[in-house]
Amino acid sequence: MDNFTFGVTMMICGMGGTILTLWILSLVMRLLGKVFPEKKGGK
Amino acid sequence: MEQAILGGLQGLINGFLHLEWRSVVMIIVGFALLYLGIKKDCEPLLLVPIGFGCVLTNIPLADLMGDEGFLRTIYNMGVANELFPLLIFIGIGAMTDFGPVLSNPSTFLLGAAGQFGIFLTLILALALGFPQLDAVSIGIIGACDGPTAIYVTSKYAPHLLGAVSVAAYSYMSLVPVIQPPIMRLLTTEKERNTIMPAMIGSVSKTTKLLFPLVITVLGGLIAPKGLPLLGTIMLGNLMRESGVVSRLTKASENEIANVVTLFLGLSIGATMAGDAFLRPQTLIILCLGLLAICLDTACGVCFGKIMRVMSGGKINPLIGAAGISAFPMAARVAQKEGQKYNKKSYLLMHAMGANAGGQIGSVIAAAVMLSVLAGMGIIR
Repeated sequence: MDNFTFGVTMMICGMGGTILTLWILSLVMRLLGKVFPEKKGGK
Repeated sequence: MEQAILGGLQGLINGFLHLEWRSVVMIIVGFALLYLGIKKDCEPLLLVPIGFGCVLTNIPLADLMGDEGFLRTIYNMGVANELFPLLIFIGIGAMTDFGPVLSNPSTFLLGAAGQFGIFLTLILALALGFPQLDAVSIGIIGACDGPTAIYVTSKYAPHLLGAVSVAAYSYMSLVPVIQPPIMRLLTTEKERNTIMPAMIGSVSKTTKLLFPLVITVLGGLIAPKGLPLLGTIMLGNLMRESGVVSRLTKASENEIANVVTLFLGLSIGATMAGDAFLRPQTLIILCLGLLAICLDTACGVCFGKIMRVMSGGKINPLIGAAGISAFPMAARVAQKEGQKYNKKSYLLMHAMGANAGGQIGSVIAAAVMLSVLAGMGIIR
């Protein structure tokens, strides 16, 4: 594979994949935060 | 008799006779690393053993990195098979409170923006003629995360391990020097003055317990090649949050982390033999590493500006610079910079969220990178 194809693929799939994964994780964690809220009076 | 005495004396000066200029330079480099660690307090836990390992490996005829040498034994024991960085990760997971990022999950995205430097530097390294896997290892310096950089480099470009590790740890300790000028350059005074509302949301214990499990399963399914990295940091965090294995948690963050740090540092120093380290490419790697961290900071701040616009001006873009893995140093830098312009501005907890996001982000970025490489058939 030539360097140009490699670099562009890494940028799109690598950076794109990182953003997408973290975005999904942020959504899941937001959802979990709503499903399991901190009880008032908890530590 | 005379011959024996002469032979004996010869044995005592052989070391001096075999001393090459490269060895002398590398011993000086070792002393410089020791100076930075001891006198300047720059990542001393790593730079002291690295510097000493560098000195040891460059003394001729001792052959400490030979097949029977003790440094080679330590190297094979935990660096060649990537075990040491993973053990360190268990300790990092056990030490880190991800509460700030969980109370505001959108800061995960700042942690993603802080990884742009990895990929931009990778492209630059390719443009400068580095082979593809070498470029990956150089780019990973931008993760601002020593164990991640060591894990990837020891696996795919072990000949660059010394340069990449020294760059990663040195620049991590220089974050308070590297980041502020970039933060000032990319933000207006009005943006820097923004006061963010206090964080009021707290996170339930259940959410904190589920966090490492969700990251492990979901992250592992998306990027299975990076599961060793994700799994170990999350194991440490699960032990911390569960509260039921405090002995294991303490051992991970103290005894295990300390012993492994010593062995890891010595092994990295041992890879810094003159003939392998004193090459023009080492200098280029050090420059690219610095650039990677500058790009991380710039992209983080720019993403902070985007979030500021989207939130109607509620976010101070300075916290974007904390979206890297240097924890909690980058968060402290954001807090300090914010207070310089507005004494009433308390960015620390917001920046800690971005910083914890950056810590996860760097591991996810490495994991994604490895899985993309595997998908392309470049690694197995």
